[in-house]
Amino acid sequence: MNQPAKNPARLLTPFNIIAAVILAGGAAIGLLRFTKGLGAATNLSNDVPWGLWIGFDVMTGVALAAGGFTITTAVYLFGMKEYKPIVRPAVLTGFLGYALVVVGLIVDLGRPWRLPYPFIVQAGPTSAMFEIALCVMLYLTTLFIESTPAAFEWLGFKRLRKLVGSMTIALTIFGLLLSTLHQSTLGAMFLATPTRLHPLWHSTYIPVHFFVSAIAAGISMLIVEGSLSHRVFRDQIEISHEQFDKITIGLGKAGAVVLLTYLIIKVMAIGLENEWHYLATPYGALFLIELLGFVALPCFGFLLGYRERRPLLIRISAVITVIGIIFNRLNVSIFAYNWQLPAERRYIPHWMEIWVTVAIVTAGVVVFRWIVKRMPILHEHPEWRGVH
Amino acid sequence: MSVSRRGFLQGIAAGTLAAGTAGATGYKHFEGYPGRYGLLHDVNLCVGCRSCEAACNQVNDNPPPEPPPADKSVFSKMRRPTSKQYTVVNLYQKEADSKPPVYRKQQCMHCNEPCCASVCFVHAFTKTPEGPVLYDPSVCVGCRYCVNACPYYALSYEYEKPFEPRVVRCTMCYPRIKQGLKPACAEACPMGAIKFGRREDLIKLARERIRKRPSDYIDHVYGEHEFGGTSWLVIGGTSFGKLGLFEGVTHESIPELGSGFLSVVPLIVSVYPGLLAGIYAFSKRKERLAREEREAAVCEAVLKAGEDTKQKLSSAAEKAKKDKDNAVAQAVKKALAEAEKASGKEGSK
Amino acid sequence: MYHTMQDFLTFTKGSCYILAGLVLVIFIPFWLFLTDREKKN
Repeated sequence: MNQPAKNPARLLTPFNIIAAVILAGGAAIGLLRFTKGLGAATNLSNDVPWGLWIGFDVMTGVALAAGGFTITTAVYLFGMKEYKPIVRPAVLTGFLGYALVVVGLIVDLGRPWRLPYPFIVQAGPTSAMFEIALCVMLYLTTLFIESTPAAFEWLGFKRLRKLVGSMTIALTIFGLLLSTLHQSTLGAMFLATPTRLHPLWHSTYIPVHFFVSAIAAGISMLIVEGSLSHRVFRDQIEISHEQFDKITIGLGKAGAVVLLTYLIIKVMAIGLENEWHYLATPYGALFLIELLGFVALPCFGFLLGYRERRPLLIRISAVITVIGIIFNRLNVSIFAYNWQLPAERRYIPHWMEIWVTVAIVTAGVVVFRWIVKRMPILHEHPEWRGVH
Repeated sequence: MSVSRRGFLQGIAAGTLAAGTAGATGYKHFEGYPGRYGLLHDVNLCVGCRSCEAACNQVNDNPPPEPPPADKSVFSKMRRPTSKQYTVVNLYQKEADSKPPVYRKQQCMHCNEPCCASVCFVHAFTKTPEGPVLYDPSVCVGCRYCVNACPYYALSYEYEKPFEPRVVRCTMCYPRIKQGLKPACAEACPMGAIKFGRREDLIKLARERIRKRPSDYIDHVYGEHEFGGTSWLVIGGTSFGKLGLFEGVTHESIPELGSGFLSVVPLIVSVYPGLLAGIYAFSKRKERLAREEREAAVCEAVLKAGEDTKQKLSSAAEKAKKDKDNAVAQAVKKALAEAEKASGKEGSK
Repeated sequence: MYHTMQDFLTFTKGSCYILAGLVLVIFIPFWLFLTDREKKN
């Protein structure tokens, strides 16, 4: 399972070279941003102070990292032991995901060295962002501790491994609590901007929309990321194809229910504030594409895939759902935001913003790969078989 | 099975949210600081001379307005405040059949319950007793939530500064007010379109003007109640929607709208630990009962198997005994018969 | 006395955050104490 790097030339794989170029470029742009100001590396303006880095790196990133709390809740609180094999990769993805969200935030903040200020200098507890900052900080710590069992097994630290193992239930409960709070509060941020977010996306219940869609995102990412890992790291997988397919099919069932729930509450929100007439506008078309193409359609796919026991259909639906979540978060933060502003004041990301985003995702993939190749994430450590 | 549990959690989320939006402060009403200042902008009197822009820029050490006030081409596009110009005058209605053109000055409205203050997570904004809303750059982290949330697009950010970028906006000339002076724009306006005074007095004055000339004014003082009310009040003869202001919006302030949900946070923190520990205990209990049932069934099966085997063994033993007895009896019979035969034969010799 | 709702909410939400922290800290020993003797049986 370990990769002894005997030959330095072995490191020059196509993947490594491309990743290195992307990361180097990202670092260079980061240097530019910090020496010449945000204006030098972004297209942000006074009308649109939040662009790709907030809309994608932070908001979408948090939603897509929701697989961690979803699966730990299912396995440790609801006792669904058959999903044990995917807990560790999910928790690792969650931890890396949130770490990268913080990186994205640091690049975007005007004075990131002041990030601890709300907790050590002066708090603004009326702000939704205060709660998000607190919860993300605590949840990152929780995910970190939840990721240590694999590391301790790899390092042979038996006592520490036993200690963190005993904390699993408490960490799971804490993680679900924190996730409920910050996933929904990311939506609640827009309660303070009722005139700037388009009515079809704005609702008093936007926090519930965000929380439910985060669960859908988590389930779909578990399926997508699990399938990718199974292909790429197939030499490490210990469970059979049948067992993995069973897991996929079971996740599909959950996906169907959550997406249906989401569809219902989105439609309900239109009815609650009598917004039907907006559906006939261009923004209404955008909304319907998001709702029908990326929520209703994969819901149907999960439904059929579960009934007919077809893992491939479930995987395709999961990919569509992930795209749909990205689409939704970008709609709320960018496309359907400032919807009444004239076109010349709207926002298009600077290529440097896109490069940095890609670099951040690449960094995550590189670290994930490094860890999975060495630590018992996709397989069990021989000395710790069958334990927790 | 997974369905109902997930639905349960979602139901809790929705229920607690509904409870939270019932009212962040219960049913309290806040009047704000008594005697605080405000400004009355009479749009009917504004001629678009932009003296206010020039005075504002001068007092705040900004470069003079670009293009200069004499240049009327500036009105071909709608402008907004920037980091180098805290207020702008826009043309909202061109001159048409003996009706004069309509201008309005736009700047930070210094709301009664400011949106910017409520969304700032380091409490960098304060509503002062005198009325202006002030910004403290010494704690600002630069998240720009305030810039993103302000419904009047009044805030700007210094993107060109790498180490000390600030949020900038109209300050209602707070230092001048503290010295007993008027804000620079009110001082500079040659037409009296900007009047500085105590907000409650200005509202009375506005109503007076509307009452005296009802055909020239819309019977509404904008900013008295919209989104909780602002320090800048606007009156005029053109509908406020056409002036780029909100018509028909709630009197609830934006902090009120935004804070409702946050009341749910302590509720979730209070309820989740007991609830989730309980769910965990239930699922462990179910597992334990299932395991105990299984063990009991296995025990019974083993016992029954034991009984069956015993019976089978004893009946087999019996049969074996019977067979043995038969065999013995047969052997004895045979031996006796042979012995008889042998003794018969011997006798006949 | 609070003149603005913003001041009122800053105080109330601030205190509730602190209370929430206490809730979390108190719950763990409470639960451990409650389920202490289950292993015995």
